[in-house]
Amino acid sequence: MRETPLSNCEREFLLLAIAHKKRIDGRQVYDYRRLKISFGVDRGCCHVEMGHTRVMAQISCEVTPPKQARPTDGVIFLNLEMSPMASPSFEPGRLSEYGVELNRILERCIKESRCVDTESLCIMAGEKVWTIRVDIHVLNHEGNIVDCASIAAIAALSHFRRPDVTVSGEDITIHAPEDREPVPLSVHHLPVCVTFAFFDQGKYLLVDPTEKEEKVMDGKMVIGMNKHREICTLQMTGNMLLLKDQVLRCSNIAVVKVAEITEIIQRALEQDSKARSSGKKFGFAESLQKDKVTINEMDEMVVDVKDAVDQAREIIQNGEKNAVSEVADKVNMKVTLKGPGTGQIGEGGPSTWDVDEEDEEEMHPAAAGRLTGQQLRGTAPVEPVVLSGDSEEEDTVTLLSEHLHTGKLSVTKLATEGINLSSAIKLKSKKNKSLKSGHTPKKKRTERTS
Amino acid sequence: MSATDLSRLRPMTCEQSHLTRPDGSASLHQGNTSVLVAVYGPGEVKMNKEIIDKSTVEVMYKPKTGLPGCAEKFQERILRNTCETIIATTLHPRTSIDIIIQEMQNSGSLLACCINAACLALMDAAVSMKCLVAAVTCVIDSEGEKILDPTDKQESEAIASFVFAFDNRDFNVITVHSKGSYTNEQLQSCLVTCREASVSIFQFYRDLVTKMVEKNL
Repeated sequence: MRETPLSNCEREFLLLAIAHKKRIDGRQVYDYRRLKISFGVDRGCCHVEMGHTRVMAQISCEVTPPKQARPTDGVIFLNLEMSPMASPSFEPGRLSEYGVELNRILERCIKESRCVDTESLCIMAGEKVWTIRVDIHVLNHEGNIVDCASIAAIAALSHFRRPDVTVSGEDITIHAPEDREPVPLSVHHLPVCVTFAFFDQGKYLLVDPTEKEEKVMDGKMVIGMNKHREICTLQMTGNMLLLKDQVLRCSNIAVVKVAEITEIIQRALEQDSKARSSGKKFGFAESLQKDKVTINEMDEMVVDVKDAVDQAREIIQNGEKNAVSEVADKVNMKVTLKGPGTGQIGEGGPSTWDVDEEDEEEMHPAAAGRLTGQQLRGTAPVEPVVLSGDSEEEDTVTLLSEHLHTGKLSVTKLATEGINLSSAIKLKSKKNKSLKSGHTPKKKRTERTS
Repeated sequence: MSATDLSRLRPMTCEQSHLTRPDGSASLHQGNTSVLVAVYGPGEVKMNKEIIDKSTVEVMYKPKTGLPGCAEKFQERILRNTCETIIATTLHPRTSIDIIIQEMQNSGSLLACCINAACLALMDAAVSMKCLVAAVTCVIDSEGEKILDPTDKQESEAIASFVFAFDNRDFNVITVHSKGSYTNEQLQSCLVTCREASVSIFQFYRDLVTKMVEKNL
């Protein structure tokens, strides 16, 4: 579906407001929207809400052979799904250019920054390693998907537990979660992306742009950083030129923001682990604010099933009285063998499909009765080819076997006759007639292409 | 496990209109199974999918991990048939109603949860429907006992499982999806049990709408 375009007056209003350092949602220029992180019941499932932008990440693991170039390293596979839920313009299937760009930024931030230790994912060098798969689904697009997705990914990676493995010689035992407590991934640091939107050739700067602000911006810069002030990735897109000190200023702002966000992530992780260990309920259902009008709860409902079995018996008895009894001998179930590998059950009957009047004669011989291989060969009539010599727009040449053998001759013959293309642009009915008339492959081709 | 334990529906929580971009959205949590559904429509339809006298109902089911495969397409088919039955498609010819379902957590009876959540999302999007739909899962375990609204452990150990979807006017069956082998008697008794259970689900829908509308007035 197509998105509703941004009107010119909205665009002008936004740009004017930004020039006066005002944002339409009332935030300050460097403020982030409200960040909420919640975890699901499954390990490695994280749901992040940044204002109205919602992203969900899920981690899963699998034992696979390692990459040829790196036999002792595990594999991390990242996939950002731009779900059609998030925006009407996101089409399912192939990723758009925007989707590819976001995927790449996240890959650089998570994979190439080596925040997860891949060597610890090795089970048996060169043969078996863990493949960690990070699936990130964008649920609602209200701007700044990258930041939200990076937070979701790294929080989910920190939340995830993989099954414990013991290697004794050649034997590898992967323990089920019931037998042995699953093991966390070794996450060295938490890289988080911060997005800056630039307006008016870099004059005005906004942190965490909303969807409307993203539509009117000149360009953006994404800085991936961890709380140790290490830049993991930096990408600038858009048609604008930035000065060196602008980039440095942004990185300084990013330091502050990343520290705050990392704090929030760690607090959320602690809260979840506390809830799990103390036996309290956890998961998505618990993280909802129960007093909202749009939320409704229903406790466990008991269903009365005392007379279910009796009612069922009644239904079956009634059904049997009404049903037409299928007598076995009404249907001819005898199997006759027609030949090696050919058997026949039943006689078949006349065609019960609605057919047109004119086709009925053609259908009749085929419909009535048995169609075994031998019979088909015998009864199919071969229609003689009728050459209609009355079409005036072409010279009909029938290529017989003599022409084909003499190769060159036939080609030059056609060339000298001159293929009149202007006459090929005729009504369809004439074209049908000429198609029936014999084998003129070369002529046919030119007719069709013109 | 007492008799009352087996014939109960897990606690349900639902939130509507929490996504800002789709026309309607609902997230339904049945016990630990969570599903998020968004509805766009009636809106623009691709030329090759246009139907001249009806609205095209499209369902996209997104699993949590991995890329969608054949099993997901099968789920989409079932959901699409159910939704097409209840939506008044002839009111919006040459348009498309897109229903996107995201699996958030699977702790058993996922298909029933998807159908219920889809109905709630369609309600939220104010798509005209002929009736509402409520789906209930019932499984038969190795001892021949019926278990309503099973967890994933109960589902995986079951011999046969059924998902019945009912409408709220006459409590007729809209959809049946069954797995495993069972007798006619078992089928009918599960059907009757699920029909009883669907009454509570319809009451839940009613309470949800009442709560929302009450506060607005």
